[in-house]
Amino acid sequence: MLRLPSVRLGGLVVRRASAALSSPVRMASHEVSQTVDMSQPMYWDRVDTPLPDRRYKDILTDSEKSLKQKEKGPWAQLSKEEKIALYRMSFLQTFPEMKQRSDEWKTVMGGIFIFLGFTGLLVWWQRIHVYPQRPHTFDPEWQEKQLQRMLDMRISPVEGISSKWDYEKGQWK
Amino acid sequence: VSANMFRAVVRLSASGARSLTRSRTSISAPLASRCYSHGKVETDEEFDSRWVTYFSKPDIDAWELRKGMNTLIGYDLVPEPKILDSALKACRRLDDLASAIRILEAVKEKAGPHKDIYPYLIQELQPTLTELGISTPEELGIDR
Repeated sequence: MLRLPSVRLGGLVVRRASAALSSPVRMASHEVSQTVDMSQPMYWDRVDTPLPDRRYKDILTDSEKSLKQKEKGPWAQLSKEEKIALYRMSFLQTFPEMKQRSDEWKTVMGGIFIFLGFTGLLVWWQRIHVYPQRPHTFDPEWQEKQLQRMLDMRISPVEGISSKWDYEKGQWK
Repeated sequence: VSANMFRAVVRLSASGARSLTRSRTSISAPLASRCYSHGKVETDEEFDSRWVTYFSKPDIDAWELRKGMNTLIGYDLVPEPKILDSALKACRRLDDLASAIRILEAVKEKAGPHKDIYPYLIQELQPTLTELGISTPEELGIDR
């Protein structure tokens, strides 16, 4: 039976739809997966749609059919197991089963961290083997000389760097 | 616990502009009305009786039951016991025990964090549950 991927909506509703079967299609030498006939009523377990369009079990065994007949009589005569069997004939999962949390988030977070770590390694390798040498113009001595030259040239004298320098006293304002 | 007290509880929505929901400030206060530009406001009683009538249809069919329940569960409220009573009896007419149990599960879910609503509903529905022979999910052990 083809199961469509489950979609998490608000973390509470898990939707998994299963539909009427059609026989597997064989094409040439390989087998295509079973197709879901979406024009037929579908079954799904959803917290907000308690009664789906069709019963879960379409095809009943003889014992199930006879139980269905017994269901037409007083329900008090049904045993607990029979009632549970009737429930399971109509529904795949109970509400608590539907709402079960999974540990999928741990897998997701783990995968995220692994890939982030791997990316970090790539960046580190890149810094060592790809980036050129640090330019000499970043050295403190050069930076000092550069700043002195900028002040001498009166760069940005109105509101910029030279305006912050007190030329008479030879210090920052 | 009077039924009146729980009327406030079973209406979950406290605010919002939805036309079907309204807030009650206290048991005896007059119904808080909203300022709509036009249109009549449906009272709680009218809403309840409309739904009781829907499920009371003698020859209700399976589709109508499903549609009714799914719609009712879609509202921002927990249905009153009398509506559920009517729905359970409809399940009986349709010889569908599984749906009856499913309805109980669904309203428990609707109550959400308000853990005292579901026991109240079961208490109110007990006569019908016993009469029809419907077991609750707890009795069947499928509530885990």
